[in-house]
Amino acid sequence: MAELDTSSGGGHKKGPGVKKGKKLSTRIDLTPMVDLGFLLITFFMYTTTMQKPKTMEINMPYKDDIIKPEDQNKVKNSVALTVLLSKNHRIYYYEGIGDDPTKPPELKSTQYDTKNNVDAELRKEIISKKSKVADMKHRGELTAKDEITVLIKPDSTSSYADLVYLLDEMIINDVKTYAIIDITEVDRDFIKATEEANPGK
Amino acid sequence: MGHAKLPRKSTNIDMTAMCDVAFLLLTFFMLATKFKPDEPVVVKTPKSVSEIIIPDADIMLITVDPTGKIFFSIDNKLKRKELIDELSSQKSLNLSESEKTAFALGSSMGYPFSQLKSFLGATPDEQKVMEEKATGIPADTAINIPTNELGVWIDIARHTNPKLRICIKADGGVSFPNFQKVIKTLEGEKVFKFNLITDLEAVPMGTDAYIAKYGKGTK
Repeated sequence: MAELDTSSGGGHKKGPGVKKGKKLSTRIDLTPMVDLGFLLITFFMYTTTMQKPKTMEINMPYKDDIIKPEDQNKVKNSVALTVLLSKNHRIYYYEGIGDDPTKPPELKSTQYDTKNNVDAELRKEIISKKSKVADMKHRGELTAKDEITVLIKPDSTSSYADLVYLLDEMIINDVKTYAIIDITEVDRDFIKATEEANPGK
Repeated sequence: MGHAKLPRKSTNIDMTAMCDVAFLLLTFFMLATKFKPDEPVVVKTPKSVSEIIIPDADIMLITVDPTGKIFFSIDNKLKRKELIDELSSQKSLNLSESEKTAFALGSSMGYPFSQLKSFLGATPDEQKVMEEKATGIPADTAINIPTNELGVWIDIARHTNPKLRICIKADGGVSFPNFQKVIKTLEGEKVFKFNLITDLEAVPMGTDAYIAKYGKGTK
């Protein structure tokens, strides 16, 4: 292939009178070239980014001063699941939107396992809430338009990883409506009360 | 004595074929490669099952490092030039033409306006040293206040290229208030749709998303 054979000089006369030129081999040693080729391959393999980073799309609720509070959609208490994110990957959750201070909701807490990136308890809760909403729809207590709504309220001690984990959980459990909302004073008090009730946790 | 003579074989191997393969692979990598962009900080993004691929062009990238410092960049050199021209005149930063070119060719920017001129005027070696001590772009949860410079960057960048898609690349360890500064600023700029850059992880088995993707019957 790459070695061209030019040694056979067909029509030359042979004999004592003909001076023979020294025949040089045209074989080239390709080893250095291969070395160079692989060196460059290694370089490109290291610098290249083959896989593009993946993204997660989020839509924040549209906020504008023009929209009056009475025109906004209110989340129904019966379809809502509120999740509070707190420090050290602790997650508090309760059913409903928890806006009634006279009837404090039953707050449950779990710890999200950062190593395996999973919180089985919360996942179970979301799934059970989903089936509850489906049941209520079935019985006609809710209209067909009602969907489970998860309200995510990260407090100031939570981290971005917790938030992404929770958004991911929404995708995993196929929850269509969820929102990241500012935590309220009431919710902060809930967390505080739970923390005080369970010291050492 | 019948002694069969084995013909002596040359130990020279024909390298031609290997050479061909090497260069074939080299060509492939050269064409398929896209160099890793220069990143000012190391950011470890959280994991998610989301599989949306980041678009090739028209990206605004907001990087947030673990300590909450914010870095800003857009792609396309020409747009970067437009951006810095506009910023320089709007904020009267008096950037020279060479400083503007330095910005257009550079990577993410993590300086308040007051330090922009001295950073862009520095030599590349000095910039490397300075980059380690970058303070990040000042941001706040409220927009239209002088200390929210991220809002100004976003505003001008969206003017120069309205097609920009906004991606936030934040470290998992970023505290929520620091992240909130970014999303509140975006909200103030009337951006309600943006992408979070995440690492891919597998969909857990048995969940709704898994069933939707692979069907119920599979393992």
